[in-house]
Amino acid sequence: MADQTLRQWLLTETPTSRRHAKLSALYQGWLTFRSNTMAMVGLGILVLLILIAAAAPILSPHDPFVQDLGNRLAPLGSEGHLLGTDSLGRDILSRLIYGARITLYIVALVALIAPVAGLLVGTVSGYAGGWVDIVLMRITDIFLAFPRLVLALAFVAALGAGIENAVLAISLTAWPPYARIARAETLTIRSSDYIAAIRLQGAGSLRIITQHIWPLCISSLIVRVTLDMAGIILAAAGLGFLGLGAQPPSPEWGAMISEGRRFILDHWWVATMPGLAIFTVSLGFNLLGDGLRDVLDPKAGE
Amino acid sequence: MERLLDIENLWVKFPTRQGIFDAVRGVSFSLGRERLGIVGESGSGKSMTGRAILRLIRSPGMVEADHINLDGENILAKSEKDMRAVRGQRISMVMQDPKFSLNPVMTIGEQIIEAYRLHSKASKADAHAKSLEMLEAVSIRNPERVMRAYPHEMSGGMGQRIMIAMMLIPNPEILIADEPTSALDVSVQRQVLDIMDRLVKERGMGLIFISHDLNLVADFCDRVLIMYSGRIVEVCEADKLHEATHPYTRGLLNSLPRLDAPKDRLEVLRRDPAWSEAASVSGRV
Amino acid sequence: MNMLEIEGLNVWFGTARDRVDAVKAASFSVAQGQSFGLVGESGSGKSTILRAITGLAPTWSGKITVAGQPVLAKRSKSFFKTVQMVFQDPYASLHPRHSVDQVLGETLYLHGFKDIDARVVKLLDDVGLGQKFRFRYPHQLSGGQRQRVAIARALAPEPTLLLLDEPTSALDVSVQAEILNLLVDLRQEHHLTYLMVSHDLSVVGHMCDSLAVMKDGEIVEIMDVAALRRMEATHPYAQHLLQASV
Repeated sequence: MADQTLRQWLLTETPTSRRHAKLSALYQGWLTFRSNTMAMVGLGILVLLILIAAAAPILSPHDPFVQDLGNRLAPLGSEGHLLGTDSLGRDILSRLIYGARITLYIVALVALIAPVAGLLVGTVSGYAGGWVDIVLMRITDIFLAFPRLVLALAFVAALGAGIENAVLAISLTAWPPYARIARAETLTIRSSDYIAAIRLQGAGSLRIITQHIWPLCISSLIVRVTLDMAGIILAAAGLGFLGLGAQPPSPEWGAMISEGRRFILDHWWVATMPGLAIFTVSLGFNLLGDGLRDVLDPKAGE
Repeated sequence: MERLLDIENLWVKFPTRQGIFDAVRGVSFSLGRERLGIVGESGSGKSMTGRAILRLIRSPGMVEADHINLDGENILAKSEKDMRAVRGQRISMVMQDPKFSLNPVMTIGEQIIEAYRLHSKASKADAHAKSLEMLEAVSIRNPERVMRAYPHEMSGGMGQRIMIAMMLIPNPEILIADEPTSALDVSVQRQVLDIMDRLVKERGMGLIFISHDLNLVADFCDRVLIMYSGRIVEVCEADKLHEATHPYTRGLLNSLPRLDAPKDRLEVLRRDPAWSEAASVSGRV
Repeated sequence: MNMLEIEGLNVWFGTARDRVDAVKAASFSVAQGQSFGLVGESGSGKSTILRAITGLAPTWSGKITVAGQPVLAKRSKSFFKTVQMVFQDPYASLHPRHSVDQVLGETLYLHGFKDIDARVVKLLDDVGLGQKFRFRYPHQLSGGQRQRVAIARALAPEPTLLLLDEPTSALDVSVQAEILNLLVDLRQEHHLTYLMVSHDLSVVGHMCDSLAVMKDGEIVEIMDVAALRRMEATHPYAQHLLQASV
């Protein structure tokens, strides 16, 4: 291995161990992804988002909660306030930076709950068939029928307003499409020869679903989740806008737009800056999702 | 014999992460009013050759040749727009599986009529009549009913006959058949081949028959080109195929199990790297 | 002793009006160590018989006996140690995300073997692949190599009856010769019994001792290979099939 560069080792056609094979597959996937410029832009945006959120205390010029009523609605480029201040004199840039943390929190929570629930329900439903399939799909239909905002309102009324409840409401309405995708994939995979072969080794349903079906479903789910992320961020922003999500003085981007709404004619930057932030992050997720589809789509790999 | 098609030094290349892959490497041959078979295994470049003639290879694939002359005119130099007048009208192609080459959401009648009207200014009624005539020419007994049916209602053999009808309706000079009977049952294969043979003879067309089945090609064609690794390694008359001399052809012939010559072990083809390095044999008449 | 006995096997899909009878009243037997062929055109039911034996076809009636044991509705673990199958399409019979090592390792694990590493190495050697291929993924293998892995997987539980569903019809001619030679060698080394489905009579003539000809779900004739070579079939359809294959 000393006379072979790392790149050659990773691109080899004859892997020498399990670890080698996995690393090689990952590297080749990375190369495919990297060749897609727009996808790299998307990845860049999201990496930037994570870094900003992580380094918020260092990057942020001011405390996001400190009010300065003497300096309200300062315009862009004002001294000490690059993006101006809002109606209570709080620095918009700092609030955007800290708001990134909240955005990431929403994204992470929803990405953890919705696709996982959808994968479980969909694969079990698709593989088992019969009554299990019917019952699970009807449950899925019921959740699919809930309008997201109404559910969020109901949660707020019952449990009180707050970001966690908003996320819960979003997750509960976001998982059904993933269940459907997972089920459709499972139905196709179920009739293939390699599943028949493993059944002929006496494998039980649990092993087949987790070791054989999940690895194939996960690719399309990942792509779908990244493409949906934009919508989810907007949904959370919408809930924040309605006052159902993050509560003041939390610097959630949707809530910031809501607060800035009154001033949109004369002091447009108060609402527009958080709007641009949401736009950029949504765009990043969309581009990333497109790039991932090219890498993970099994047909492209054949 | 008059030369319908003449190809000189054809190369087909595809860029890959590991460098440029040459699927066809310097192939030259000509086609008259005859049945020419191109035989090879997967990866030999036989299908790519067929597609390259019709300029069906999209970028990033690259097709290069000194010339591809159809009746003396170099079609490689034509623009895409001009090529469209060549495809179907002067050179047609029948592919392997009618399940994948017939449009599943259009009736058969609609597809044949469309194929006809693309290349002639016939009225719908004329096109309909011509289509019926064509379906009868491929021995379809109930052409009216078939015109109204959808592809999935047809068996494999019928689907392939419909493809042949569709491809021959604009009266092309050359038909390229890419594994036309591989997806069909044995008893139906013969029938489809007989129809193709009759129509090609009646119209004085040239036929390029691409297949992996040596025996089928020996039976059906006049002349055979054997391809390996993007090059032609041997050319011979079809009836003399079993006397072929190139070690690859001999290897292929000997590795087939035969009912009339039972063996304990089949001969395994030993690939000699010299075969792919040797220059391509010219397939000119 | 007969390795496999099929009596009055019916296999059907769907119910009532939508019922399609894929196999009707099929009966034949395969002696231990013999190689038996099932030939017919598409839709004749030959592959369906294999699927019925392995339990992959849901609705069947009749009697199937393997190694003297009648086969019940649910196949037991010991059944899978006795009977294994090699599928037709090498491009579809290996899981696209599992390496060769994982495929063989999982099979060995499910059958309760403890010395998995050593056995994986031996299996790869037995099918002529060697260690270079152990950690490759299916898309890094050619058709012939994939089929060898499929054969290795079928041999892993040390079965006595091997069902072969058109094992070489998706492969090139030269690769077919290698795989057929491999199958002949393995049968000798491991004293296996083969039930092979094929549409290619010359392959069946090379590999099998006797064969059954099927049409539309029924067995129309059972003959031995010597009669096949002499082109002497008694049933008119079988004769027609022989003529068309030459």
